[in-house]
Amino acid sequence: MSYHFSAYTEEMMKTNELKKIANDVRIDIIKAIHAAGSGHPGGSLSAADIMTALYFEVMDIDPDDPEKKDRDKFVLSKGHAGPALYAVLAERGFFPKEDMMTLRKLGSNFQGHPSRGRVPGVEMSTGSLGQGFAAANGMALAARLDGSKSRTYVMLGDGEIQEGIVWEAAMAAAHYKLDNLTAVLDNNGLQIDGRNEDVMTVAPVGEKFAGFGWNVIQIDGNDMDQIVEGFAKARQCKGRPTILIAKTHKGQGVSFMTDQVGWHGKAPDDEQYAQAMKELGGEI
Amino acid sequence: MTEKIATREAYGKALVELGKKNSNLVVMDADLSGSTKTAGFKKEFPDRFFNMGIAEQDLMGTAAGLALSGKTVCASTFAMFAAGRAYEIIRNAIGYTHANVKICATHAGITVGEDGASHQTFEDLALMRVIPGMTVVNPSDGVSAARLLEQIVGIDGPCYLRLGRSAVPVIYKDTDEIVLGRAVQLKDGNDVTVIATGIMVNEALIAAEELAAAGISARIIDMHTIKPLDEDIILKAAGETKGIVTAEEHSVIGGLGSAVASLTSEKHPAKIAMVGQHDTFGESGKPEELKKKYGMTAADIVAAAKTIV
Repeated sequence: MSYHFSAYTEEMMKTNELKKIANDVRIDIIKAIHAAGSGHPGGSLSAADIMTALYFEVMDIDPDDPEKKDRDKFVLSKGHAGPALYAVLAERGFFPKEDMMTLRKLGSNFQGHPSRGRVPGVEMSTGSLGQGFAAANGMALAARLDGSKSRTYVMLGDGEIQEGIVWEAAMAAAHYKLDNLTAVLDNNGLQIDGRNEDVMTVAPVGEKFAGFGWNVIQIDGNDMDQIVEGFAKARQCKGRPTILIAKTHKGQGVSFMTDQVGWHGKAPDDEQYAQAMKELGGEI
Repeated sequence: MTEKIATREAYGKALVELGKKNSNLVVMDADLSGSTKTAGFKKEFPDRFFNMGIAEQDLMGTAAGLALSGKTVCASTFAMFAAGRAYEIIRNAIGYTHANVKICATHAGITVGEDGASHQTFEDLALMRVIPGMTVVNPSDGVSAARLLEQIVGIDGPCYLRLGRSAVPVIYKDTDEIVLGRAVQLKDGNDVTVIATGIMVNEALIAAEELAAAGISARIIDMHTIKPLDEDIILKAAGETKGIVTAEEHSVIGGLGSAVASLTSEKHPAKIAMVGQHDTFGESGKPEELKKKYGMTAADIVAAAKTIV
């Protein structure tokens, strides 16, 4: 009994630690977007927990050697959530946090959408939706050709999957049995013009990917335990790619941004910024 | 009789040879391996060949991922769908990341023939040329196609190689020097310069004979690399002859003609006459009939040259 009890608490401690990091990531996201005066807080906040889990628990990466051979790779196909990627990389130690506060400014390496080669740890330039998915497939194919243990992770937005290339890539990943690839759908239900179902219905997403030959796992994408468990299950699946359909809340962590379409692509003003920092426990 | 071979045939054969030398070379296609001639590589190196199905956007995006993981990738499909349909993926996933992908596009231009306008692209050189860092190559025959393929595979970064469907006369000998980025002066002349690219180089050579018979001395240049452009040879021609005829199996908007006109207007204004597709779509027909109807033959080059001298 005592053994089980200690294992349980260790697990809980790990989860609490990840949650704390995810909160810090949220603080960095809001700070950077506020400093930039523009950007995409909603979809960055919805994805923050998943990306924290990837970089702090799931992936084999080394901040001191971002190009390490056989490293796991993450492609943020929904590139507009770049601030979340920058924040997680900063928290993980790829570069000092202050650096990303130049986000979106002239001469900054922290481009409005991630640009490969400019920021350590960014594996693919994204922003034009759907392309990161295909590129991630290419990385997974290359890893297989090289006999590498490297795993590739790719995050998609739910609005993003309206792009045709997403389904071309979904077909190809299943055809090539890319079990070294795990996709995550940040299923926050909202896109620029409104709710998915009002703009262009994407549901049922799980059935769609299952129909394309994928192993589908449904999780709450803002629940750290479920996220970590989902990735662990994905790793066990052989012979086909896995997608985590992660139900999330856009703007998660900041009350007035949560599930609000209007917070897809705008920066908080000073008053909103102060309110967000207060809620997240961040220093202004 | 002159030996004839389609540049796509030469490409397919050269790929197999390169595959033997370079184990890092990966070839991809979009359900056209029999036509693009990547099937030979597929047969020889099945593990390093990926058919992406009829999905050109995914072809280019996946090619980018393979290349950014260290592979040298040749991605083939018809030029219409490579440069056209997948354009923005080439621009963002391959161009912007400077991925080591060689887009080897076949069935370019009017000589696609019977398939008609939907498959005849006159826009690809323009579309590719405008992408920063993209090398753009349009060989005139089988020998130069093979040689230039080897050279683009040897450099790092994105390249577009334009290949044709129809068999075209062999212009070069195996011993001839063909260097990426350096145009070849095939014939000297003092009156007029014809700068041709792709299958129009052979037409230019025929035109030179007709012009000679009319007492006009034409300098003939094979501009096999559209980007980076061999500026020196163009400016020299602008200074030494009365004007320049450009000849391409491509729209005169945005292709070789535009490149030459843009350069000379800035650095050495010259009289220019452009032979190519003049802002119109093609149609079904035999390649030779189409070349004639749409003004891309030796006779059209001769007529253009006469407007200059």
